[in-house]
Amino acid sequence: MIGKSLNRKKLNNKSRFLAFLVIAMPLLAWADIQEFKLDNGMKVVVQEDHRAPVVVSQVWYRAGALDEVNGKTGVAHVLEHMMFKGTKKVPAGQFSRIIAAAGGKENAFTGMDYTCYFQQLEKSKLPLALELEADRMANLQITDEEFAKEIKVVMEERRWRTEDKPQSKVNEQFQAMAFTEHPYARPVVGFMNDLENMTAEDAREWYRNWYAPNNATLVVVGDVSTQDVLKLANKFFGSIKPHKLPERKPQREPAQVGERRAIVKAPGKLPYLVMGFHVPTLQDKPSTPEDEWEPYALDVLAGVLSGNDSARLNQKLVRDNPIAVDVGAGYDSTSRGREALFELVGTPSEGKTVAELEQAILEQVEKVKAEGATQQELDRVKAAVIAADVYKRDSMFYQGMQVGQLETMGYGWRLLKIYPEKLKAVTSEQIQAVAKKYLVKDNMTVATLDPQTIDPNAKPVGRPHSH
Amino acid sequence: MIRYVLLIAFVVFSGITQAAVKIQHWQTISGSKVLFVENHDLPIMDIAVNFPAGSARDTKQKAGLAGVTRYMMALGAGGMNEEQITNAFADIGAVLGGELDADRAAFKLRTLTSEQQKALQTFNTILHKPDFPDAVLQREKQRIIAGLKEDETKPDSIANKAFMRALYGEHPYALDEDGEVDTITALKREDLQSFYQQYYSAKSAVIALIGDMTEQQAHEITEQISASLPQTEAVGKLPEVTLPTAAVEQKTPHPASQAHILIGQPGIKRGDPDYFPLYVGNYILGGGGFVSRLTEEVREKRGLVYSVYSYFVPMAQPGPFEIGLQTKKEQATDALKLVNETVAKFIKNGITEKELKAAKDNITGGFPLRLDSNSKILDYLNVIGFYGLSYTYLDEFNKSIEQVTAAQIKDAFNRRIKPENFVTVVVGAQ
Repeated sequence: MIGKSLNRKKLNNKSRFLAFLVIAMPLLAWADIQEFKLDNGMKVVVQEDHRAPVVVSQVWYRAGALDEVNGKTGVAHVLEHMMFKGTKKVPAGQFSRIIAAAGGKENAFTGMDYTCYFQQLEKSKLPLALELEADRMANLQITDEEFAKEIKVVMEERRWRTEDKPQSKVNEQFQAMAFTEHPYARPVVGFMNDLENMTAEDAREWYRNWYAPNNATLVVVGDVSTQDVLKLANKFFGSIKPHKLPERKPQREPAQVGERRAIVKAPGKLPYLVMGFHVPTLQDKPSTPEDEWEPYALDVLAGVLSGNDSARLNQKLVRDNPIAVDVGAGYDSTSRGREALFELVGTPSEGKTVAELEQAILEQVEKVKAEGATQQELDRVKAAVIAADVYKRDSMFYQGMQVGQLETMGYGWRLLKIYPEKLKAVTSEQIQAVAKKYLVKDNMTVATLDPQTIDPNAKPVGRPHSH
Repeated sequence: MIRYVLLIAFVVFSGITQAAVKIQHWQTISGSKVLFVENHDLPIMDIAVNFPAGSARDTKQKAGLAGVTRYMMALGAGGMNEEQITNAFADIGAVLGGELDADRAAFKLRTLTSEQQKALQTFNTILHKPDFPDAVLQREKQRIIAGLKEDETKPDSIANKAFMRALYGEHPYALDEDGEVDTITALKREDLQSFYQQYYSAKSAVIALIGDMTEQQAHEITEQISASLPQTEAVGKLPEVTLPTAAVEQKTPHPASQAHILIGQPGIKRGDPDYFPLYVGNYILGGGGFVSRLTEEVREKRGLVYSVYSYFVPMAQPGPFEIGLQTKKEQATDALKLVNETVAKFIKNGITEKELKAAKDNITGGFPLRLDSNSKILDYLNVIGFYGLSYTYLDEFNKSIEQVTAAQIKDAFNRRIKPENFVTVVVGAQ
């Protein structure tokens, strides 16, 4: 998930796993969510939270890198940047100034599955946010001049995010190898060559195709009345005409038959290892009992392997027998593309190789296959789920994120209500079963970083980009 | 249309009375300062214990000691090993957190109210009886060293280190929190033990609490925390910072495609009388996200960067005033020139009334967002308590902002910010 953000915080290994347990939390009784649909097909979901006089407003579009085509990778994210570049009523740059003057914070982010625009404001300012969002949903103007400047910003973003970060390059390579046909093969930020050749018309086409009320969900969390929000939503978004969306072709990744491997060379000191296995996500209409419980079992398996610092991977491979300086497992049971990977990542200790670390991680996987998980381990994963479900109530933004993601991915926010019970029902045998079924060599993709000593005078490697 | 909405919204807003949080405060018998906010909305408790035990307490020979000490405290205490400690929290869904900067080392605990006894028991064991097991120390040293070696290859890390060294010279703010390969290698268990005894003193501890507990419970919890901390002397002040008297420019080659540029000087202390004019002024210069002058000039108008910013880090002694950006190395010289011109113009000509109003509207209008969660309020309690700010700091915050004038901003920047003495670090220079 990347965005217009100015945040300078470094991305680390763990950022791969942001999604872990993100949705693994139910709603407490006092927090009722209400859902509406406007006549033009736009969804509105409201969660009242009266703890502080503030409001979070998020507009989610079902348009992300998943919907891009070859040669135009990164266009979803580029459009996200262009959404701040003006309408007839609100000229370029004014969106941010108006929200800032209202005391608000605002930004946007793009992922594989969605693009989201948000504002955080004192509660009385909600109408302003909705009016501005409605305006740019329908009336965005993309000029060649603004596009020419902003595409340079996005290329700087790609340099900063990917080109100069060895682990990001490995992750990009890994993704491209694990998926051969499905669009999850491609990076959200887009390939540099595609960015260099992108035109304002590409962005306009994207906007025309996907920015419509019938492809959007408004999520509001805060010190508001649900009925007021609904009235405001109708007032500002209600008159926007829906349009027919482009046909979404079914895209499936064929079963992997045989191990895949890649090595990435980049300046650095420490090697890095990413391993992934194709696994199922939650399905809309599970056709077998396995379709129903396997994603939950995989989620608990990730918790057993790396839910906390004493979980198996860290305890065995970092603490007891320090073969790694860093190790983790991650899985996200939800995705709009209905494709997922179970990932295992790590950095070997000095003197150890990625091959040795890979072997050690796979030994832990084999142990799960043979013995399953202990009751204590299962209980710990459950305790984390129960507590996180309460802790998340301290963040309105995060609660909005969960709702928005599930709506946009097509599961619906009600999944939040059943998720914890499903996790609690997972047995040791089920964990063994998913490990045996999916974490096998023929289904494995491995990418490693081979760090290169820095020659301070070296020029960046790679062929020159065509313009 | 937009104007109309703004007008209405403004009227509504000006009618709101700002009810900030009610902070209760006292001292424990052992001399720790306590700040407490009672809030029963959620069945959770947040507790933070702060010590003047940050990396500025390190010496050049033992750089990294403060960080290793804090980190190691949770990896063996009261006879519990690291696995038992992690599991004790994990079994009840409690979350142990913490942080370290140059001034401060902190431990944080978040727990469900229903699990508070078990959570506090383990939390107190960590604070009171760290064992600093030697085998774990040797292993962690290896991990830290691996990280340091990796950092030596990253342009952002290289730039940060060089920047702080050039800014602070012999002052301990120049020391890297993570230490150096040599100094980490040399650390011994006894170093950690004596650092703990000296700097984790009950007399210097600041305890902040928020959440689902009564004042009576908060008293009991904090007495318990405080009573078994080292009953050693209060920790003294950090040395004064000497301001640079000449410009420094460092250029380091790096194969990355972007140059990483940092520019700045030592800035201000917490509680500095110029704090509010500089804070509001910096919002306009480079702190206000998408609406700052730096973002406007460098990103919006010319597309030279993804990120450009400026900020003050007010600390016990003047923390850095820092301007930063990353840009394709071929255009680094132009971008740097543009940044310097923007800063010079800002200092020389000051700001417009329109900019001042926009800044104040954002900062005061956004005040409720500063306090919209327990975790944010806890962080304010930590800062207010640790730096001895007024307990009415939050109540008076908007008034302090409103009082700032354009003339004060120009005056404060002219007195305090000296571009002729800036440190400029470019990593990935052509």
